[in-house]
Amino acid sequence: MYQLNQVDKRFPGVHALKAVDFTIGRGEIVGLVGENGAGKSTLMKVIYGAYQPDGGTVTIDGKTVRFQNPRQAMEHGIGMVFQEQSLITNLTVMENIFLGFEQQFVRWGVIDWKAMAEAARHQLRKVKMDIDPSMTTSKLSFAQRQLVELAKVLTLEERIDGDLVILLDEPTSVLAKEEVELLFGLVRELTSRASFIFVSHRLDEVLELSDRIYVMKDGAVVDVVAQGTAEVDRIQHKMVGRDVDKEYYREQKQKPYDPSQTLVSFDGVGVAGKFSEISFDLHPGEVLCLVGTEGSGREAILRTIFGLEQPSTGTVLVKGAPYARANAQQAVARGVGYVPRERKVEGIVNGMNVYENMTLSQMRRYASGGVLRIGEEKALAQHWIDRLGIKTPDVYKDCGGLSGGNQQKVVLAKWRSGGSDIILLDHPTRGLDIGAKEDVYDMVREMSDAGAGIVLVADTLEEAIGLSHTILVLKDGIFQKRFDGSPGDKPTLYDLVHHMI
Amino acid sequence: MAITETSGKTRVSAALGREALVKWAPLLVLLVLCAFFALMEPRFLSTRNFARILIAASPALMVAIGVTFIILMGSIDLSMEGTVSVCAVTFAFCFLWLGGTLASWAWLAIPLAMLVGAALGFINGLVHVKLKIPSFMASLAMGFVGTGLAMVMTGGDRIRIEDELYRGLLTERALGFPLMVYVAGLFLLVAWFIQTRTTLGRNFYAVGGGEDLATASGLNVNRVRIMGFTLAGVFFSVGALLAVGRIGIAETATGNNFMFLSITAVVVGGTALWGGIGGVWNTLVGVLIVFVIGNGMVVIGLPGYVQDAVLGILVILAVILSTDRRSISFVK
Repeated sequence: MYQLNQVDKRFPGVHALKAVDFTIGRGEIVGLVGENGAGKSTLMKVIYGAYQPDGGTVTIDGKTVRFQNPRQAMEHGIGMVFQEQSLITNLTVMENIFLGFEQQFVRWGVIDWKAMAEAARHQLRKVKMDIDPSMTTSKLSFAQRQLVELAKVLTLEERIDGDLVILLDEPTSVLAKEEVELLFGLVRELTSRASFIFVSHRLDEVLELSDRIYVMKDGAVVDVVAQGTAEVDRIQHKMVGRDVDKEYYREQKQKPYDPSQTLVSFDGVGVAGKFSEISFDLHPGEVLCLVGTEGSGREAILRTIFGLEQPSTGTVLVKGAPYARANAQQAVARGVGYVPRERKVEGIVNGMNVYENMTLSQMRRYASGGVLRIGEEKALAQHWIDRLGIKTPDVYKDCGGLSGGNQQKVVLAKWRSGGSDIILLDHPTRGLDIGAKEDVYDMVREMSDAGAGIVLVADTLEEAIGLSHTILVLKDGIFQKRFDGSPGDKPTLYDLVHHMI
Repeated sequence: MAITETSGKTRVSAALGREALVKWAPLLVLLVLCAFFALMEPRFLSTRNFARILIAASPALMVAIGVTFIILMGSIDLSMEGTVSVCAVTFAFCFLWLGGTLASWAWLAIPLAMLVGAALGFINGLVHVKLKIPSFMASLAMGFVGTGLAMVMTGGDRIRIEDELYRGLLTERALGFPLMVYVAGLFLLVAWFIQTRTTLGRNFYAVGGGEDLATASGLNVNRVRIMGFTLAGVFFSVGALLAVGRIGIAETATGNNFMFLSITAVVVGGTALWGGIGGVWNTLVGVLIVFVIGNGMVVIGLPGYVQDAVLGILVILAVILSTDRRSISFVK
């Protein structure tokens, strides 16, 4: 009944969806799996109307439709249960359920709260919840909120004549085992009224719940498997199956690290709610890669090294000593440099020029009595512009106007010129074109040669394998397995995926 | 491919055009205003009239420069009226007590008043940063405290400063302009130096342009904020000293009107309210726009209340022009 035919979606520099065909029948539960960046979320957004496809058609019961926004999609019976808790926590449960659709309860310009509460109770009964609809949402547990979100989407049932399609985006990520079972039971029961699209990183759950599973890779559907014939192995191979180009990741330049010294040492470190019992050592010249799905604790570990998170258990030693007070200033003073994922937000200051950005973390070195020695700043910037081949007309150029790759070089130059030798890279190649990516890989090797230790959260698994000396696989904040990746003896994608999900 | 490239280029040039417009629009507005008033009334262009404008503008310029630094950080300081009153009154009391003329030890009252301004700004910053109270609320409250304090100190009286040397700020002229205009110019240069040549000035831009990033670069953002408020306090006190020099009276009402004037001037001058863009030269242009309108209206004979309406409209226009609305989804 609901169908996508040859749907295409492009963003500047990225072909996010490549001729995707997708069908879902009445009462069906369809699973959707793929690596980070495989195009799952883009596909979901096309389905519930947040994005408009550039090519191809969307049909419902054979009729072509085009949604300008999610509200229009809802009018055609397509609802989304969001992964991030999308309820407004300071409103009551019923206000959340009917947010944007209060008009039906309005009499003489005032909301009839009793009628709304009654209608809300009706919706909550569908998800087997017996709570007071006038409760404030913040008092509910995460599992309850997830069910309220489902109830909210199920209001479509009364509003729409046709069939419903409900998208569940990672609905289980915050739930405990029993709660997951409860949710799955509910979803199976509700198939009498709606079809479901289920997106999850947890492959076992997808296999358990879905009638059919779409496997996505690089923006295309690479396989559709029916329940019964689905095997974990096969799906995992489909998700990653790609050859790694050794040249591309500068593997020939990978040199052994120096295990006699330690830059960062984690001993049984945990941060409540993020990760627990993590131990590793980072040595000069080593590239240590943290591998796991979104929310596996990779970013939290980087933030802990940078002093932005306070460990609740275990000890963190940076250059042999713990932080007296965990904050970024301490970390920078110890020689830690952080290249964050959101380059535009956390990497460079828009409106500040090249040399101002480069010396931001080390201004004191270029000032006497608080007065800046701008000549020296400019000389430093020029030196690094030449050394890294940063494409900018001059040192006065606003960094916001540089290309992504050149911004990344400015960020790296900032830390390297300040003498940082513990470099934390969070998705350093995200959104860069291939040439710029290769430049970043060259810089990674160069930093290793210079004796810096690098902790990397890579954009893709190939990148992780290609660049790293050591790989730690994490799942839900718990350490799974350690791989050594000396050149010629690297783990395969399959090895990693196997432990990730 | 060729098509996408050209469209990309037009977009770039459109963006450049917009940037240039935003950058030069305040100056353009100032010139257009001057031309308009000059056409309506040729006497507007006389040195005497310009001196009148600059005398009125000098204290406000100092206050507006102070608040410019705060707005560059993305915060706001509304304590200027209280701070100016307290500084003016403190200065007047000490000045009279120490001898009442600049030729005696009474000159010490000048640095003392600046110290008081710094202290008030420092407390203001501490309240904002340490108690995590939004800057507009913390500073507004501190402003009221200041106004109250000035009232307690004077008991509602006016204190006259009749020292001829000090009044020389207004009465002594060089090249047709009184000394206070040159003093204000000097402090403008000091502010410019701080803005462009010191780590503090650079930090203001970093905090305003990206606070998360500033933290992640190891800056002590709280310290920058407190120092910013302290510096603003010093400039408020200079504004107070010039205000006293101009009218020869220190009282609780000395600080009146500075809030609307200075914030208007900063915004009209093109400094962005969310921080990171603008500077003291923008503020100079903004202050001049505000006072040229005020003066010009009087010169061509329009009533004063029209002036407020025109200023209000100008503020909204300035914000519309300087805001890239596509990048902002919600405004609170």
